[in-house]
Amino acid sequence: MPENSEKFLEVKNVSKSYVGVQALDKVSLSIHKGEIDCLVGENGSGKSTLIKIIAGVVQPDEGEIIINGKSFKKLHAIDSIREGIQVIYQDLSLFPNMTIAENISLNQMVERKRKIISWHEINDIAEKEISRINKELNLEEKVENISIANKQLVAICRALTQDAKLIIMDEPTTAIAKKEIDFLFSVITDLKKRGISTLFVSHKLSEVLKISEKVTVIRDGKLVGVYNTKDLNHDKLSFYMSGRKITNSAFNYQKEKLEPKKPLLEVKDLSKKGNFQDISFKVYSGEIIGITGILGSGRTELALALFGLNKPDSGNIYIDGKLANIKYPKDAIDLGLSYLPEDRLNQGLFIKKSIGNNIVVTVLKSLLSRFNLINNNNKYKSAKEWTEELNVLAPSLDTSAQSLSGGNQQRIVIAKWLATNPKIFILDGPTVGIDVASKSNIHHIIRNLANRGMGVIIISDEIQEILNNCNRLIVIKEGRMVKEMDTNEVSEDKLLEILSRKIV
Amino acid sequence: MLGKYSKHSNIFTLFIIMISVFVIISIFLPNKFLTVRNFQSMFSQIPEFGLLAIAMMLAMLTGGIDLSVVATANLSGIVAALVLTKYNIFQTGGYEEIYTILLAITAALIVSLICGFLNGVLVAYVGVPAILATLGTMGLFTGISIIVTKGYGIVGFPGKFLYIGSGTVFLIPIPMIIFIICVLAIVIIINRTTFGFSVFMLGSNPIAARFSGIRNENILIKAYMVSGLFAGIASIIMISRVNSIRPGYGEVYLLQAILVCVLGGVDPSGGEGNLYGLIMGIFTLQILQSGFNILSFSPFFKKVIWGLILILVMVINFYREKESPKLLKKV
Repeated sequence: MPENSEKFLEVKNVSKSYVGVQALDKVSLSIHKGEIDCLVGENGSGKSTLIKIIAGVVQPDEGEIIINGKSFKKLHAIDSIREGIQVIYQDLSLFPNMTIAENISLNQMVERKRKIISWHEINDIAEKEISRINKELNLEEKVENISIANKQLVAICRALTQDAKLIIMDEPTTAIAKKEIDFLFSVITDLKKRGISTLFVSHKLSEVLKISEKVTVIRDGKLVGVYNTKDLNHDKLSFYMSGRKITNSAFNYQKEKLEPKKPLLEVKDLSKKGNFQDISFKVYSGEIIGITGILGSGRTELALALFGLNKPDSGNIYIDGKLANIKYPKDAIDLGLSYLPEDRLNQGLFIKKSIGNNIVVTVLKSLLSRFNLINNNNKYKSAKEWTEELNVLAPSLDTSAQSLSGGNQQRIVIAKWLATNPKIFILDGPTVGIDVASKSNIHHIIRNLANRGMGVIIISDEIQEILNNCNRLIVIKEGRMVKEMDTNEVSEDKLLEILSRKIV
Repeated sequence: MLGKYSKHSNIFTLFIIMISVFVIISIFLPNKFLTVRNFQSMFSQIPEFGLLAIAMMLAMLTGGIDLSVVATANLSGIVAALVLTKYNIFQTGGYEEIYTILLAITAALIVSLICGFLNGVLVAYVGVPAILATLGTMGLFTGISIIVTKGYGIVGFPGKFLYIGSGTVFLIPIPMIIFIICVLAIVIIINRTTFGFSVFMLGSNPIAARFSGIRNENILIKAYMVSGLFAGIASIIMISRVNSIRPGYGEVYLLQAILVCVLGGVDPSGGEGNLYGLIMGIFTLQILQSGFNILSFSPFFKKVIWGLILILVMVINFYREKESPKLLKKV
């Protein structure tokens, strides 16, 4: 730790509780000038609350915040901004219908109390900030038309116009690709040279280890410790985060035991204009196939096509050797296909509905008893069976899905599909936004399913996840299959290289 | 657990409101409100308006709204009235009279189902927002009603038909019996059938419903058809009670139906709501209504009050939502 440089921010013994839940319990954190720090913790560990306290949006119950040597008992959002703290939240808070230049300069215009807007001034401010981070962007472009990575840079530039001394980024890498992450990191390193500190909030451990100098770990609202990044490695950090030892072993495809003769699922020359082209692959019983490719490569569109939500132009799908006619998700479900969607909160769950209702929604027919009416006992029995099977932690089956953690929510989505007794299970981003411990638990569940003879497809851009849990993988780029191979034939670096290689 | 608790407390609050309204009006207007006659008149109005409220609730549960309920009821009522007055059955009576009445009822219900089907197709397949689709069909149905009747009322139905609206069985008005049967039917439909379950899930999150294998289009069309059917049943009670029908009859019910749904805890964004709340909403409104009648408020003034109550309830709901312990999930 660079003890010689000055502390910019110091948070001392901060506690905060919400209705009956202790979100933060005497947590301390300090950031030096020009330092790149990481704050890590699982979902629900209190990271967001801590950021909000630093931003002055949430008032702590007790504790002290010292910025630039000034102590604040009650820090308000405006004080925090005046002292140079800028938070870039996950949603980025940009105005999609305004141009890049307007978005970057807006806060500055407000700060300068401009009543009449000078377009000249707006462009000057934006141009200056963008060139300082060595990026070229068309200032006249509307923000809704640019990539998420560029939106992020716009948000950073906007923060810089306000004389930021500390930029806090909340999970900035969840929605952007490898190359863009590298650029983001180079921007952060440049900021350091300008004496600007960065607090990087993430639970992607490899990134944390790559970018940071110092890591603050919190768990269940308590401080676990502050570590120099050079003393950490992946296993240590994940242990600190989860409090459990997590070992990653490779998935072992039990080909001999299951002796599959014909494929469960065969996709032949499936094409859809603008989505994917000439996709052919087979999935055998007990296999876990990984499909990887960057966001927008067509991987999700392909999965939707298999599930009757994106009608392909040509090509065939065979299930158990028979030509499948899938027009609606219902057809796919009846044929033994399940799909865990990419967006858990909008596509996977009925967030306001109870756990029980979320699980049985796929198997309503099986709940019917006399006079074709739903039997509530059957409903509870079915829901109970699956929550127990998957160890969902919840006070009761009547609890609404929104009160659960990400890991438990995902287990409910898995449960609702397992209830249909599928032969083939497609999981699109099964562990996105899920903490380390739950992640390994979900991987464990998936492997068990395969070992029992289910054919599984995992779609993911997390290379680790694909390599550890699949026996075969397919790389998709710009809608085409560029590679199909066994996972034990390829290393992480090799796969990364394949992914970033340009198609000729 | 919290969800369940708050649901119960909502119904409890509503119960308190209903009782308070009753008590207050009883105290201030004891001689006029607490009379057998007044209760009879209240109970005769509850069924037709309650059925329209149920029709509205169904559409709202799917996340939509059905602004055409009253127009549907009018059109169905006019079709029934035309059938009833087409044949000169007053002399014949007996067997043929029953036959004509059954024909009229069937025609009215079929028309109401067609109206609902049209709404459902517009919302489910054409993708028009329900508020616009049903605003359009409301105009359409009302327009047809006026063209068919040339704007005049149709008066004078067979005596046996009037029995539906004004007869009693063991002192219970027949409309009330029809209403109770309909409520029981809808309770079973929304709570115990796959259709009802799907309506709630679809209303809560249509995307997740689609991803779960629910055929959203089918469910929406069915929901709007059931909504139409209830409007049709309401129309039969309506025309037989007043022994006439004219286009535009019962327009005030539209605002009241929406008001009762919102008051009864039906979430205008879909997926939440139950019949206990709705029934209490219906009774509360009816008690207020009869209080206003006794005080001889003008219909315009009543409209102002209904509008104000609707806004007030929505504002209260907005703040309750804000206050509810949602914070838990964000910790």
